[in-house]
Amino acid sequence: MLRLEKLVKTYKTGDQALKAVELEVPAGQVLALIGPSGAGKSTLIRCINQLVEPTSGKIYLGDLELTGLSSGNLRRERRRMGMIFQEYALIERLSVMENVLSGRLGYVGFWRSFLRRFPQSDVDEAFRLLDRVGLAHMADKRADELSGGQRQRVGICRALIQNPALLLVDEPTASLDPKTSRQIMRLICELCKERDLAAIINIHDVALAQMFVQRVIGLRLGAVEFDGPPEGLTPEVLTTIYGEEDWEATIETVNEDEIEEALK
Amino acid sequence: MSEVEALIGKPWHKPPFIKRPWLRWTFILGFIVYLIAAYITIDVNWYRVYEGLERGKKFVLAFTNPDFTTRSSDIYEGMVESIIMTIAASVVGIAISIPIALGAARNIAPLPVYLICRSVIAVSRALQEIIVAILLVAIFGFGPLAGFLTLSFATIGFLSKLLAEDIESMDKVQAEAIKASGAKWTQWINYGVQPQVMPRLIGLSIYRIDINFRESAILGLVGAGGIGATLNTAFDRYEYDTAAAILLIIIVIVMALEYLSGVIRARVQ
Repeated sequence: MLRLEKLVKTYKTGDQALKAVELEVPAGQVLALIGPSGAGKSTLIRCINQLVEPTSGKIYLGDLELTGLSSGNLRRERRRMGMIFQEYALIERLSVMENVLSGRLGYVGFWRSFLRRFPQSDVDEAFRLLDRVGLAHMADKRADELSGGQRQRVGICRALIQNPALLLVDEPTASLDPKTSRQIMRLICELCKERDLAAIINIHDVALAQMFVQRVIGLRLGAVEFDGPPEGLTPEVLTTIYGEEDWEATIETVNEDEIEEALK
Repeated sequence: MSEVEALIGKPWHKPPFIKRPWLRWTFILGFIVYLIAAYITIDVNWYRVYEGLERGKKFVLAFTNPDFTTRSSDIYEGMVESIIMTIAASVVGIAISIPIALGAARNIAPLPVYLICRSVIAVSRALQEIIVAILLVAIFGFGPLAGFLTLSFATIGFLSKLLAEDIESMDKVQAEAIKASGAKWTQWINYGVQPQVMPRLIGLSIYRIDINFRESAILGLVGAGGIGATLNTAFDRYEYDTAAAILLIIIVIVMALEYLSGVIRARVQ
């Protein structure tokens, strides 16, 4: 569904953020991208929807190659890739509803969006999504009145209302407390399953990644160091990705039910 | 360990801004010498000051007895002209400023557009209002049209520059999120940029209305219409009581605008 071929990104400063990354993501697969700060995780997912322009290499979404598309075609393809951000990236002074509907901007014309007259089907879908994440009653609140966890739920709705085939998720839990982090991760994974969505999730928290995903990619200095199931993350592997540390405490063996118990 | 012990018990001072002592003292002494030399060159004719004090006293005393009535129709006409000039110039100036501000923000405009918009701003800011007014009075003749054009022109330099700087310092990620949804450029501005800079735009606009009103009182002095013309005439006729009345009205209106802008800015946050 998504295929990266020899993806390279060199910044103007000369830093090589990505060194010929090869990656294939089948439809419906949720994978976690782990690695130390500066490993190129954020650059990688921003290259996929071209918020960062890759230096060379190819990106295939389905059969279509994304690099070098005209701006109109690129906008059409961006609709198929929903993005969820670290600091939520909601437009703070707009209402929850406007934020969710902004995910439809690729589908509606300027005047409709300017006058906030979105098609009824979009509004209905927005309410359904907000209800799914438990925020339907908050629709007319301003985004900056919400708590961190609530904001991230709105961010998830905004990405999903695009009706994407792929979710690009950049550190969704980095500014959330441990409990909310798990809830958000669970929500993202459940929604991916419900809608048969593929997702690439950048995440710092190795234990959290292991809990929820089917596949883990370890990135170090812009190159893939590990690609395998979460159980494959042994202390040796974590040392090659992050460097020397005592990893025993990080690797979680808890199962889902125990966590459920702990959260209640 | 021994390094730390050598430091213990000694006072600590912030390192001086200029490290070399001789250079530092040269600057300090040079500044003092300059101040003294500058003071010596001030040439004051104390006899003239004494004579002027008498006139100044009359003027100040006039404030205790301002005359609103004798020239009331002149004051009224001048004030209406000033207000119309202010509102018209602010509306036109702000409307032109917004697109220029978008073009002058480096993070959203391509380089050629940026350079053009920045030059427009630079020209508008380089020319002081009075100079523009003198030029425009020469072109369009005496009256409020020249004043209106002057204020519109000055508004562009002020508002575009400050709004562009606010756009440049906006939160990039919020705008990025809108871009990632596949929005067109216009939609991106409307959803990603506009909500972030709206409070600043409103605050600056009200402040500019305030400035335009005050400027409109000055522009009359060079024949560009408004209350300034009435004020100038009052001074020319030594009618300090009428001048005082005009100044009081200007002060009251400026204070009212100031209060209004505070209320509005608090509401749009």
